[in-house]
Amino acid sequence: MSAQPDAAAGPLLEVEDLKVHFPLMAGIIVKKQVASVRAVDGVSFSLKRGETLGLVGESGCGKSTTGLAILRMVTPTAGRIVFEGNDITRLDRAEMRPIRRRMQMVYQDPYGSLNPRMTVADIVAEPLEVHGIGDRAERRERVRDLLAMVGLRPEMAERYPHEFSGGQRQRIGIARAVAVHPTLLICDEPVSALDVSIQAQVVNLFQELQEKFGLTYVFIAHDLAVVRHISDRIAVMYLGKIVEIATRDEVYRNPLHPYTQALLAAVPIPSPALEAARPEAIIKGEVPSALNPPSGCRFHPRCPYAMPVCAQVEPPLVTFGDGRAVACHLHTADTAQAAE
Amino acid sequence: MPASLGADQQVRPASPDVRVKQGSMTSTLLEVRGLTTQFRTEHGVVRAVDDVSFDLEAGETLAIVGESGSGKSVTALSILRLIPDPPGRILSGEIRFEGQDLLKLSDEEIRGIRGNRIAMIFQEPMSSLNPVLTAGLQVAEPVNLHQKSPWAAALDKAKELLDRVRIPDSKSRLAAYPHQFSGGMRQRVMIAMALACKPKLIIADEPTTALDVTVQAQILSLLKELTRAERSALILITHDLGVVARYADRVCVMYAGRIVESGPAREIYENPRHPYTIGLMASIPRLDEDTRTRLMPIEGQPPNLADLPPGCAFRPRCRYASDRCAVEAPVLESIGARHMKACFADVRPA
Repeated sequence: MSAQPDAAAGPLLEVEDLKVHFPLMAGIIVKKQVASVRAVDGVSFSLKRGETLGLVGESGCGKSTTGLAILRMVTPTAGRIVFEGNDITRLDRAEMRPIRRRMQMVYQDPYGSLNPRMTVADIVAEPLEVHGIGDRAERRERVRDLLAMVGLRPEMAERYPHEFSGGQRQRIGIARAVAVHPTLLICDEPVSALDVSIQAQVVNLFQELQEKFGLTYVFIAHDLAVVRHISDRIAVMYLGKIVEIATRDEVYRNPLHPYTQALLAAVPIPSPALEAARPEAIIKGEVPSALNPPSGCRFHPRCPYAMPVCAQVEPPLVTFGDGRAVACHLHTADTAQAAE
Repeated sequence: MPASLGADQQVRPASPDVRVKQGSMTSTLLEVRGLTTQFRTEHGVVRAVDDVSFDLEAGETLAIVGESGSGKSVTALSILRLIPDPPGRILSGEIRFEGQDLLKLSDEEIRGIRGNRIAMIFQEPMSSLNPVLTAGLQVAEPVNLHQKSPWAAALDKAKELLDRVRIPDSKSRLAAYPHQFSGGMRQRVMIAMALACKPKLIIADEPTTALDVTVQAQILSLLKELTRAERSALILITHDLGVVARYADRVCVMYAGRIVESGPAREIYENPRHPYTIGLMASIPRLDEDTRTRLMPIEGQPPNLADLPPGCAFRPRCRYASDRCAVEAPVLESIGARHMKACFADVRPA
């Protein structure tokens, strides 16, 4: 299953026009599909080795579903996922198994994602067993190394998850994810459930592991400050689509899409002096249902700059220089050229 | 939940002589002194709130910040005597509100205060609203109960309240049930209920934690605007230091059931003096900082309330700890204009 020789030069992951639609069934005896929830509706991005892409957006924007689709834990409705040069979109379970060794997941809930009846040693060793790596003694040794790597003491290996705090449990989840030497980690809200003082410990651990192993992260979160801290590039999603993707600094210093601007303005800065000087820019409304998204630009009912065209025509994702892309009628191909 | 009193709880509001005592003209609305609340758990007796004292001025917004298990919610619930007993019990202390000690009131008298003089907004509007009653009835209920308005008048008042919290199409929304509202709209209904009797104090326990950031901003600024217009004081319980910076006048920082530092918001952020507060400020990534340096976490694990070390509860995680900290718990002492801390060391932020 090794990567193709030329794969190292290209992007690690390419997602092209990914769509994940969940059917909505109705009927008591005979179930019929009456509609579909377009959780992810045409998402494209690519990821270089060693890079961290932050995926941000509000609930229902499709960020978690995008993560699950990359791992093929939900089946894409359309589009292509190319990982290490191989198109994995249509692989079956058996074909996916060796690929899964290269891409692992860290979950949000450190309480629900660890089996309460297994010891920490068994939890961390399980992926090694599944992928047939090492014998019992070697695996035991590897577990000790992994626990030390994530900042837990080796003698904790025989304990059960309930004996650990949330932060320690998240470390166990990370040890399990990196056990099989993956190249890509999908981290779905990995610090959201943790206390503030513990979040920083875990964020730092992610950065240390990245430096050590050259890991590539897709970091899914709703906390924009955390995402900004850890990401190289950021994709902002709204109702199943990427509305803006750019480098971290461009997104935060000069957000172009009105939704990105609104999202940033909504996040309070932990400084009363700066907050007092900041104009209050609060957008109206709430995220509509993905079952029946608004026509044209999906953000137009909440957008302070909405024009007549926005309700009719869906803005395409237009690429500006430096890989920045925005889907907004205020920033068309013409303004892109004018800017360059 | 007591946010909406059930039909079986419809007791007469407090007798009028209770209100007469509000006469004292000081601007201090609420004085909490030595509040201690404990819970019986399977791991033994846990002191969730331990000797907590603070004041609240009329019209002021006080944020109580802390991590899970710090005692911030239990402090709020203790003020309204909403601690489930058993397993919980308010062990000692005084909660003086408008001149009377809430801990000495009868159950009937405290029910006359709840939802009337003091209102509460909970984190989860879906579980604190009654799913089988319309929004209109739930907002009208406190008006009917405390102000003895007939239902028709109370429902008119409810419509006005829904307008004030900017729920569009309020007239028809009166007849809607909680599940027919979005998360943000539900929290608006909760705010409407809280404002119904023009309370002097509103306690909001993590009111926006379950909401998206753009909706969080809408709800908090609405809450701030309305409490300002009504001259109500607000106790905002949160773990989000950004929210505190945007909305609070004053801050109490809690750790393991105790207040470790308190003061004006600006002072707490610009000149934190307790090692825990300093640690918190350094550990959060901020949108206004430019570098991608490592965060400075507070090392160690959150405290286990059932097994606290002797002395200062923060000592195992504190880099300024001395021998004294292991035997003696520091008390909250004044270190400047309304600025207090509970720490033996003289620490300043780097």
